[in-house]
Amino acid sequence: MSPFWIMIATLALAVLGYLLGRSRSIRLAGGDTRALHSRPGYHGWNVALFTALPALLLLAGARLFHAPGWVAPAALVLALAGLGLSLSRTTPQFRARNSVERVIRGVLVVCALIAIATTLAIVLSLVFESARFFQMYPWQDFFFGTEWTPSFGGGSKLGMLPLLWGTLYISLIALLVAVPIGLYAAIYMSDYASPRVRSVVKPAIEVLAGIPTIVYGLFALVTVGPLLRDWIAQPLGLGSGGSSVMTAGVVMGMMLIPFVSSLSDDIINAVPQSLRDGSLAMGSTHSETIRQVVLPAALPGIVGAILLAASRAIGETMIVVLGAGAMAKISPNPFEAMTTITVKIVGQLTGDNDFASPETLVAFALGLTLFVMTLGLNILALYIVRKYREQYE
Amino acid sequence: MDDVRLAERAVDTDARDIKFQCRDVQVWYGEKHAIKDVSVDLLDKTVTAFIGPSGCGKSTFLRCLNRMNDTIGIARVEGQMLLDGENIYDRRVDPVQLRARVGMVFQKPNPFPKSIYDNVAYGPRIHGLARNRAELDEIVEKALRGAALWNEVKDRLHETGTGLSGGQQQRLCIARAVATAPEVLLMDEPCSALDPIATAQVEELIDELRATFSVVIVTHSMQQAARVSQKTAFFHLGNLVEYGDTDDIFTRPRDPRTESYISGRIG
Repeated sequence: MSPFWIMIATLALAVLGYLLGRSRSIRLAGGDTRALHSRPGYHGWNVALFTALPALLLLAGARLFHAPGWVAPAALVLALAGLGLSLSRTTPQFRARNSVERVIRGVLVVCALIAIATTLAIVLSLVFESARFFQMYPWQDFFFGTEWTPSFGGGSKLGMLPLLWGTLYISLIALLVAVPIGLYAAIYMSDYASPRVRSVVKPAIEVLAGIPTIVYGLFALVTVGPLLRDWIAQPLGLGSGGSSVMTAGVVMGMMLIPFVSSLSDDIINAVPQSLRDGSLAMGSTHSETIRQVVLPAALPGIVGAILLAASRAIGETMIVVLGAGAMAKISPNPFEAMTTITVKIVGQLTGDNDFASPETLVAFALGLTLFVMTLGLNILALYIVRKYREQYE
Repeated sequence: MDDVRLAERAVDTDARDIKFQCRDVQVWYGEKHAIKDVSVDLLDKTVTAFIGPSGCGKSTFLRCLNRMNDTIGIARVEGQMLLDGENIYDRRVDPVQLRARVGMVFQKPNPFPKSIYDNVAYGPRIHGLARNRAELDEIVEKALRGAALWNEVKDRLHETGTGLSGGQQQRLCIARAVATAPEVLLMDEPCSALDPIATAQVEELIDELRATFSVVIVTHSMQQAARVSQKTAFFHLGNLVEYGDTDDIFTRPRDPRTESYISGRIG
């Protein structure tokens, strides 16, 4: 029998075990389930788990460690043994609920650990690959180099400053677009809009959040880029390309609007009505109330929202590829094409290339830099948001 | 009830000016007729208590006096409410200006998440009552002294107002309302969230505020109404059942409903 059929057979045994355990417990209780310590369902689950879990673990182990052929059928024997043993343990006094809940708690713990382990694995892989990179390429040149000219033939310059500049410049423009618009939209929705308007406008804004970023990228490439070029860049003599920091920044800002507005709206709504009443009752106007009471009270939360938006902006790739181009350079002119860390990571890893060259490995060092930046922002944001939450408890 | 205290506090209210003259006031919340035909004259420099069972409309009526019901979309007010002879529901009256004259203290203390100083200075700053920092300091100190809070907070004026105890917070809110120099002070069950000691302090304060303002207080506690007020209005199911001197209401109620309520049979 192949391991697959053994698995199916084990699961079938588990189902059988559930039914047997359940009916046995009811029979032992003489039909009155109040006499049981645990409800019949728990007895059923207990038998099913005892049948399936050890056998499945054994099967998985056999697969993982290339165990000899007789191990797989042994799993079936184990399942049968588990079925018999747990059935014999099914008595009215048996604490089946506690036993099942222990298993379930174990499952919950494992799920939580998987999330943490994944993060750790990602960080470790980044760290190890970055370490290899720094063995081949001096770290001073990477962190403080102002030239980015990779060439797989050798003699490439891999300074990250142009990429960092592009990343921060585009993110800054994105935030300059997203924060005022998002914040004003949030203020409108929470303090001025009637409930009917709000129920339409809020979901409409949140639709923006559901658009894939590649679509925003197309929008940047086809609409915003040419528009900015024809109406602003060329008349002002600042550039003649459709791809520019401004294009990517503006479109990325649009992408971030729902982010900022939705979070800020929730935070502004969480400011107690009693504070608004208290301010209004002293003869302050609606706008004074918002500016001097509501916004200061919501400020830490809003700052948190902005920082979360910033870390989204820093990690964004697609809009930059299509909107800002792939030229790595440091320039103050927002109508020139520049590029970001994420775009270059993609650039260095696409195509067939040697995973032992610094030109490829630099992607991991860039990734690690990015990770540290966004992690720092997220931690700062979470810290601020949490501090704010304590105020009204 | 303490008859000696009542007798000693009985004041001649006939001579005082009418601050608020209300005629045939009706309030609807959507379909619900919350206030029916209420006519009442509230006197200057007097504490008026609104009493009555829950849901009788006393808080609703109070909130009409500074148009706080405007913030509730479905509320509709009819009739006349004259503040010094001017109808506050007249189209020319801006609720913002009205509320500067008719201040309010709420059931739950609601200090702003600012410093104690900034809480009290909030109204004066908005209304431009102080020309410089020294004047503002003076207003803040006077208001805090007026609210019997100065001695407790004078060394920590720049700490946050939300860090005070419940009773202190409520007195801070009173100081905040007083600092705006209103003519009428509305209080919506100002002691319901306070312990007995803080309640006693606030009640004492209310009695002092009477020298300067017309105070209207909604209360669930009949003892409190008897202790702090000179005039009492009894509301029941949206009607103003009886209005008169506090002594009369509590000792010689004319309406059987008032009598049942103050003796604890309805409520």
